[in-house]
Amino acid sequence: MKEIRELFRKDLMLELRQKYAINGILLYVLSTIFVAQLCFGRVIDENTWIALFWIILLFAAFNAVSKSFVQESASRRLYYFMLAPAVAVVLSKMLYNASLMVVLGLLSLLIFIVFMGFPVFNLALFLPAFILGCFGLASALTMVSAIASRSGNNAALMAILGFPVVIPLLLLLINASSFSLKKTLLTVDILKNLSSILLIDVVIVTLAVILFPYLWRD
Amino acid sequence: MIKGYIWKLSALVLILYSVIAGQLVHVPDLPIIHETIRNLFYHVCMWFAMFVMFGTSLVYSIRYLMSNKPTDDVKASESVYNGIFFGILGLITGMIWAKFTWGDFWTNDPQLNGAAVSMMAYLAYAVLRSSIDEKAMRARISAVYNIFAFMLLIIFLGVLPRIADSSLHPGTGGNSSTMEGLDFTMRLVFYPAAIGWIMVAYWLLEIRVRKQKLIRNLN
Repeated sequence: MKEIRELFRKDLMLELRQKYAINGILLYVLSTIFVAQLCFGRVIDENTWIALFWIILLFAAFNAVSKSFVQESASRRLYYFMLAPAVAVVLSKMLYNASLMVVLGLLSLLIFIVFMGFPVFNLALFLPAFILGCFGLASALTMVSAIASRSGNNAALMAILGFPVVIPLLLLLINASSFSLKKTLLTVDILKNLSSILLIDVVIVTLAVILFPYLWRD
Repeated sequence: MIKGYIWKLSALVLILYSVIAGQLVHVPDLPIIHETIRNLFYHVCMWFAMFVMFGTSLVYSIRYLMSNKPTDDVKASESVYNGIFFGILGLITGMIWAKFTWGDFWTNDPQLNGAAVSMMAYLAYAVLRSSIDEKAMRARISAVYNIFAFMLLIIFLGVLPRIADSSLHPGTGGNSSTMEGLDFTMRLVFYPAAIGWIMVAYWLLEIRVRKQKLIRNLN
């Protein structure tokens, strides 16, 4: 527990000291949304809104998370290996990336609303789905980045390994978002949508916790 | 010696039977699909064989992570390649079937998209393997990814099509399952065909593993 907190703090401090990474991603989100606004104009129908938003967020997530294990050099990895159990390392990375994704996601949502308008979502479904989605994307991509970092660190590998892993989550998120456009929503339907997203999150985190120790040792 | 041949021969006999009987047997005349329903004997069997191969590779991957034996890794990776082979055959037979019943080679169907994405995951497995040089590391990392890929396969072919609103495949979106609608004479051909193809898949796997062992001994 203590290790998780310390590793989390270390990642946060590194991020705050060299702000170029997070600023770069924000600038990327801003420019993509601006391009989308130039291409589509302000008035787009709801389904296009949802698809565009999640695609932009997906690429932001790839950019934000892919560096998490890549930035660790081999010697530093050895150092962590001596200091903390593997489970603490992966959990701290996941928690850090998840909180980074939630912050980034909320900021992108804000920018997106400013440029593209906001369809009338049912917030009781959209916001929890959004938070759970950010969490799931971050933890899935953390694991993929751990795999990719052990195989020569090439960026193409991160993309081809990552896309299949995040697609089920993305499909469920788009599904839930278009579902939340409905005027009247039953609580049962909300819970059904949220629980399927939560289930995928839980599966990803569990698999990561079980499998990460095998990736970590040399 | 003879014992090794018996199951191979019976696999061949089963497939030969399914090819001949599959063309001759009386099938129910259903709307839209008509006689193309005979493709069920070939198309569905490919997916069954693929599923069994990927399941085998999952078992060997888990065994590798527990035992670290190189032979387990060879078996796991070769069953993935074998599964990809049967998956591609399943896609091709399915596309031909789709052209004659739904009018297009590719339709926007949850099951089709799921199959495509899970094939992509397994192709990514192949790329991942080729990008790592060190043998033990390659075995370990690809075993970890293989477990993820199997989870995707379950989600894509087992879960998502069932909760989707509409699908052209049977067994989803309120359609009845294939097995319930299958009449008795078709079952008599379908089950032997499925068993036959799965046996052939294992036969192929055995040859592939033997080839890898020979290559390793040469080096």
